[in-house]
Amino acid sequence: MNLNPSIRLKRRISEGSIKGVLFLCAALSIFTTVGIIAVLFFETVEFFKEVSILDFLTDTQWTPLFVDKHFGILPLLSGTFLVAFIAMCVAMPLGVLSAIYLNEYASVRFRTAVKPLLEILAGVPTVVYGYFALLFVTPLLQKIVPGLSGFNALGPGIVMGIMIIPMISSLSEDAMSAVPRDLREGAYALGATRFQVAAKVVVPAALSGIMSSFVLAISRAIGETMIVTIASGQQPRLTINPLVPIETITAYIVQVSLGDTPAGSIEYKTIFAVGMTLFIFTLVLNIFSHWLKERFREEYK
Amino acid sequence: MRAALILRNKRRDRIFKVVALLSAILGLVFLATLVIDLLYDGLGRINWSFLTSFPSRRPERAGILSAIVGTLYIMGLTALFGFPLGVGAGIYLEEYSRRKNWLTRLIEINIANLAGVPSIIYGLLGLGVFVRALNLERSLISGALTLALLVLPIIIIASREALKAIPFTIREASYALGATKWQTIFYQVLPAALPGILTGVILALSRAIGETAPLITIGALTYIAFLPESIFDPFTVLPIQVFNWVSRPQQAFAVNAAAAIIVLLAITLILNSVAIYLRYRFQRRLKW
Amino acid sequence: MVKDLSFTISKLNAWYGDKRVLKDINIEIKTNSVTALIGPSGCGKSTFLRCLNRMNDLIASFRLEGSIMHEDMDIYSSGADPIEIRRRIGMVFQRPNPFPKSIYNNIAYGLRIFGVKDRSTLDSAVEESLKKAALWDEVKDNLNQNAQTLSGGQQQRLCIARAIAVNPEVILFDEPCSALDPVATAKIEDLITEIKEDYTVVIVTHNMQQAARVSEYTGFFMLGELVEFDDTQKIFTAPANELTEKYITGRFG
Repeated sequence: MNLNPSIRLKRRISEGSIKGVLFLCAALSIFTTVGIIAVLFFETVEFFKEVSILDFLTDTQWTPLFVDKHFGILPLLSGTFLVAFIAMCVAMPLGVLSAIYLNEYASVRFRTAVKPLLEILAGVPTVVYGYFALLFVTPLLQKIVPGLSGFNALGPGIVMGIMIIPMISSLSEDAMSAVPRDLREGAYALGATRFQVAAKVVVPAALSGIMSSFVLAISRAIGETMIVTIASGQQPRLTINPLVPIETITAYIVQVSLGDTPAGSIEYKTIFAVGMTLFIFTLVLNIFSHWLKERFREEYK
Repeated sequence: MRAALILRNKRRDRIFKVVALLSAILGLVFLATLVIDLLYDGLGRINWSFLTSFPSRRPERAGILSAIVGTLYIMGLTALFGFPLGVGAGIYLEEYSRRKNWLTRLIEINIANLAGVPSIIYGLLGLGVFVRALNLERSLISGALTLALLVLPIIIIASREALKAIPFTIREASYALGATKWQTIFYQVLPAALPGILTGVILALSRAIGETAPLITIGALTYIAFLPESIFDPFTVLPIQVFNWVSRPQQAFAVNAAAAIIVLLAITLILNSVAIYLRYRFQRRLKW
Repeated sequence: MVKDLSFTISKLNAWYGDKRVLKDINIEIKTNSVTALIGPSGCGKSTFLRCLNRMNDLIASFRLEGSIMHEDMDIYSSGADPIEIRRRIGMVFQRPNPFPKSIYNNIAYGLRIFGVKDRSTLDSAVEESLKKAALWDEVKDNLNQNAQTLSGGQQQRLCIARAIAVNPEVILFDEPCSALDPVATAKIEDLITEIKEDYTVVIVTHNMQQAARVSEYTGFFMLGELVEFDDTQKIFTAPANELTEKYITGRFG
């Protein structure tokens, strides 16, 4: 009954090697993460051999490309977070309201028509949004807001916010539809309107899930590159004024990459140092968002 | 007293409904405005010479030939790397690692995390590893490898979903005939899951062709007046060409940018439509 | 060289994780006979069946002790090859599970995975198996149609043809008719009675009348134990064990 042992051996070897190759494909994700951390870490360490961490964290000027070099990251951070803040001011309310409408009010037809269209918003290449922010939104805003400079944080912030709406809307919707029907029906039975049910029952119940989507959206906003590179400017400035040119971390990296920066120079190392900063922020935010989502899931097991 | 309260609630409900509806469609209004503005500015500029000329200092002479060719090459190479790696990973995670040991969990966490890393960080990774460490220079292959890593999570997740959708009974029937694991996967499960997998790959590609930041970081140039002849040559892509033109002050370049965007969006639209069509046919064909 | 006994099972115990699902099973299956396994839901008869072709290997938490001899070899010994075992001991499942391919390719698959490439060999194997499964006349004009467009009964007969095509010695049936209507069920029962001349058949069934109709030997399982095993006639007219009698008279199950 025993089959020819050499066939069995050949088969075992081939099945085993196939499994090995497939495993390597899967393990590539680990190598990618290790690669990112290694590349950023290595160059950042080199950077901090020349620049003190204290300067990096406290200097209020960022001028590594000038003759008089300052390496304070605060201006880049303020630019990054200023734009993200404006984007969130747009995206949070509109995202949640959209989600409420789609989940609590809209007919199935409306939902099936509108949802994919909203997804398109999320799929448009960000250069296109940058173009729009610079050449349409900013000029438009300049008619309303006096003193708005050609490069600023307001226009790209608003555009970025609209781009992020589908993310918040769809994740919040998922959270809201996970809220059990009986909670809603109990409220309706007492005579509540849809607004009251939405505002007082569903949203509070889905809050962790909604918050999770906010945190994820912030992470997306601070990591966004092309909109701000095109429309926000290249003037690192420690300010909260949305009407003047600023520079974000991401825009700075682009600026340096476009130039002829020799590898190993201090300018080259700066993009990794700020890149590391950005990576740490988004990592922490992503983890936090995940934790919020897990808490939400636990509540509705 | 009661009646007044009910009336007030109803009115609030109506107002809220309108506000919420407006929120939902604001994005669409924005999108429509964007499209109309683009078409208005750029549609007239698109002609055969625009599509077949190289960029130039003179906006009327400038075209997107090198950008389109670069985009197509990048798309092809990214698919070449991304498809086998992504599908392979998906197969391993779905079919081979049933027992959720710590290594599998680690891989899954990594994939989920990588999906949330900003694309410019991938650019830095590509710069450090492909351009510098592996000495591939600022070439098509560096760009394609970087983008492949970027979209790998999308392909892996789509592959897993497609594989998960194939009922276990198919695998059972195959094993019962004396097939090995790989025979079962390769001859039965994969072919059945292929439409779903392809949908994922196409969506990944449509994301990849719009990516600008990582390619700029690895050194794709913004002004290329030639076509790459090998995968080790420098290149440019449509979104970078758009970026280059948008950054110029002359109005005529803005028109060029709008026209290039229309071409880019058209390609993206075609890709997404193919993906949606595939998904539709996939759902129709299989009546489990 | 046809042996009398197709299977000799001794002291078979099996677990899913910590839960013991088969207790001390001892049984002999005769070659070219039809043996039915009956018992209430969850009694272990399907688990037992799947031990015979090592399909339980696919379940991570499964563990087995004891021996299952098929023609002088313990199929769970370290020298045994599950692939070859499954080719020689085929299985038909509860719900018909044809591949989403053509009728032809469904049947040819089993041969292709063992390296058969020659078109005419495949053609004749397909025709022969479909004839043996009493399906040939219904589908011979369109072997390229998708197998899933067939009716439930036809699909199940296709699955039987598919199992036959690899030339097994044994065919295991795991409640093959539970998803089918009475007409289709009758066709399959006739088929089983016909094919027993060429194959050893073991069939798990919920339907006692079916067991009485098609089988020569019947085993009654309960709570993981083989309560009684004897000629079908005896089991259904004069069972030795009180539990068996209670089950077949419908007191429980």
